[in-house]
Amino acid sequence: MAKKLRTRKHKVVLNRSAGGDAGITFLLVLLGAIMFLPMVYVVMQSLKPLDELFMFPPRFYVMNPTFRNFKDLFSLMNTSWVPFSRYIFNTVFVSVAGTAGNLLFSSLAAYAMAKIKFPGAKFMFETVRTSLMFHATVTAICSFIVMSALGWVDTYWARIVPACCTSLGLYLMKQFMETNVTDAVLESARLDGSTEFKTFWVIAMPMVKPAWLTLIVYSFQGLWNSGASIYIQSEELKSFNYAIQQIVAGGIRRSGASAASTVIMMLVPITVFVITQSNIIETMGSSGMKD
Amino acid sequence: MSKTATKKAVSRSEMTKLQWTWKEMKRNWVAYVMVAPFMILFALFTVLPVLLSIVISFTDFNLLEMPNFVFMQNYITLFFDDDIFLLAAQNTFVFAAIVGPASYLMSLMVAWFINELDPRIRAIVTLIFYAPSISGQVYLIWGTLFSGDAYGWVNGALLNLGLINTEVQFFKDADYVMPLCIVVALWTSLGTSFLSFIAGLQGIDRSLYEAAAVDGIKNRWQELWYVTLPTMKPQLMFGAIMSITSSFGFGAVVTALCGFPSVDYAAHTIMHHLDDYGGQRFETGYASAIAVVLFAIMIGANVLVKNIISKVGQ
Repeated sequence: MAKKLRTRKHKVVLNRSAGGDAGITFLLVLLGAIMFLPMVYVVMQSLKPLDELFMFPPRFYVMNPTFRNFKDLFSLMNTSWVPFSRYIFNTVFVSVAGTAGNLLFSSLAAYAMAKIKFPGAKFMFETVRTSLMFHATVTAICSFIVMSALGWVDTYWARIVPACCTSLGLYLMKQFMETNVTDAVLESARLDGSTEFKTFWVIAMPMVKPAWLTLIVYSFQGLWNSGASIYIQSEELKSFNYAIQQIVAGGIRRSGASAASTVIMMLVPITVFVITQSNIIETMGSSGMKD
Repeated sequence: MSKTATKKAVSRSEMTKLQWTWKEMKRNWVAYVMVAPFMILFALFTVLPVLLSIVISFTDFNLLEMPNFVFMQNYITLFFDDDIFLLAAQNTFVFAAIVGPASYLMSLMVAWFINELDPRIRAIVTLIFYAPSISGQVYLIWGTLFSGDAYGWVNGALLNLGLINTEVQFFKDADYVMPLCIVVALWTSLGTSFLSFIAGLQGIDRSLYEAAAVDGIKNRWQELWYVTLPTMKPQLMFGAIMSITSSFGFGAVVTALCGFPSVDYAAHTIMHHLDDYGGQRFETGYASAIAVVLFAIMIGANVLVKNIISKVGQ
C-alpha cells in the first residue's frame, strides 16, 4: 500500500479519485442551486414592476428592475396606526438590551462553571444542557403563567428578560472557555490578588472574543427575527417584524411590497453573519459534547 | 481564595462529605454569585414552566376558574378520545423522522464536501447554505413559487409545458401540504449543527489523515468512516441535539404557508394542537398534557439518537 503514496516536500498526498471529486462537485452545485435560487428569487421579486409580478408565464429574472416595491412598502409604513419608527425602536431596543443581558449573564455563569470548581456546577450545567433537547414551544403556556404572576405581560420585560438566559449561549460559552482559557493564567492572576470578577473581566473575557461575538450574533438574530409574541398585546410594544408582516399580509396586491420587506429583513442577519463568520466557526470548534 | 486552598488540602480527610461540600461552597461563594443571575432566570423561565406543565396537566385548569385535580383524565382523553391529536402525533413523527435525520445528514455532507475547498470559497458556500436559516420569514418565497394561481412559478411552468390544465392548489391540497412543508423545513434547516460540523471538520489534525494514509486507508470514504467521523464525534453529538430539537420547531413554517388549521389537518402537528388548546381555547390543563407528551417525545428522541451516535466508529 505504502508504495502507492506520493510525497511532495515530506507531505503525504491523500488519495483522492477524480470520479469522487466530480461527483461531490456535482452534488454540491445541485444542492447549492436549490438553496440559493429561492433567495435570489426573493430579490428578483422585490425588484419586479407590477406587470412582471403578474406575468404569465412567470419569469425568474427581472427585466426592468425598479425600486417601486420598496417605495410602496415605505408609504404603507406611513399609513400605520402607530408610527413606524416606534416598531423599529421596539425591535432595536429589545434586541440590544436582550443581547447585552444575555452576554453578561451567560458569560458570568459560563466562567464560573468552567473555571471555578464549586459543588453543584456540574449539576447546573447538565440541567442547562438537557434544556437544549426540547423546543421552547413546550414551555410557552406555563411561561405565560409565570410571566403574568410577575406582572410582566405586555411590558418590555417579557421580551427582554427571558432572552437574557439562553441555554445555547451558556453552553457555547462554557465549552469555549474550557478549551481556550488556560487555568495557569487564571491561577497567577488569583495569586496576584485579583478578585474572581476582575479575573473574569480582565483575563478571561478578552481570551474568548470569538465566543462572545457568536453569542451576540445568535442572540441578536433571534430577537431581530422575532415577530408576534404571546406576551405583548399593546400595539405600541410590538416588533418591527410583526408590523411588517401585518402590512404585507394584504394578499396578492402586496406581493411586491412583501418581497421588498423580506429583503430588508434578511439583509441585517446576513450582513452580521458575513462579518462574524470566522469567529462563529471558531467558537463552534469547541461546541462538541464529550459524552 | 488561594490561601484557603492549601488549608483545604490538609483538612479534607478529617471531614465528612457533607462538611467538606459545605466548606467548598463557602470557599467558592463568589461562583454562586456569578451563576445566580443566569440560573435564577433559567429556573424561572425554563425549569419552573416544565414542572408547572407536569402539575397542571393533572388538572382541568382554564386560567379563569380554580383548577380541579382530574388525575389522568387529560391523558386518557388525549390518547383515546382526540382523533386530531392522534393525527397530529402521526404528522409530528413523520415530520421529525424525515426532517431531523435529513437535515442532519445534509449538514454533515455539505460540511464534508466543502472542507477541502479554498477558505474564501468555503466561506461563500457556507453563507449560501446557512443564509435561509437566519433570514427570518424568507421561506414565504416558497409560497410564491408554489402559489395556487398561474403567477406561481411552478404552476406557470407546468401550465406552460401543458402538463396540467388547471392550477394545482399546492398549499390547499392534503396530498401536497406535508411533502411541501418538509421541503421548506429542510431548506431552512442548515443551522447551528451545520456550522458545528464545519468547525469540527476544520479542527481535525491533518497528520491523522497522513498517518491513516500510511496505515492503508485507500480512499476518502474509508477516511470518512475510520478517521473523520470518530474524531469529530463530540460535534456529531451536539449537532444531533440541535437538529432533533429544531425538527420539532417548524410549526410556524407550516402555519405561515398552509394557514391554521391546515387543510384536512394534513400538516397539523402536536405543536399546532398545543397552540390550539393553550393559546386559543385556553384549556390550559389539557394543553399542558399535550406539552408534557411533546416534552417526553423530544427527550426520548434525543436519548435514542445519542445512543446511536455513541456507536459511530466502534
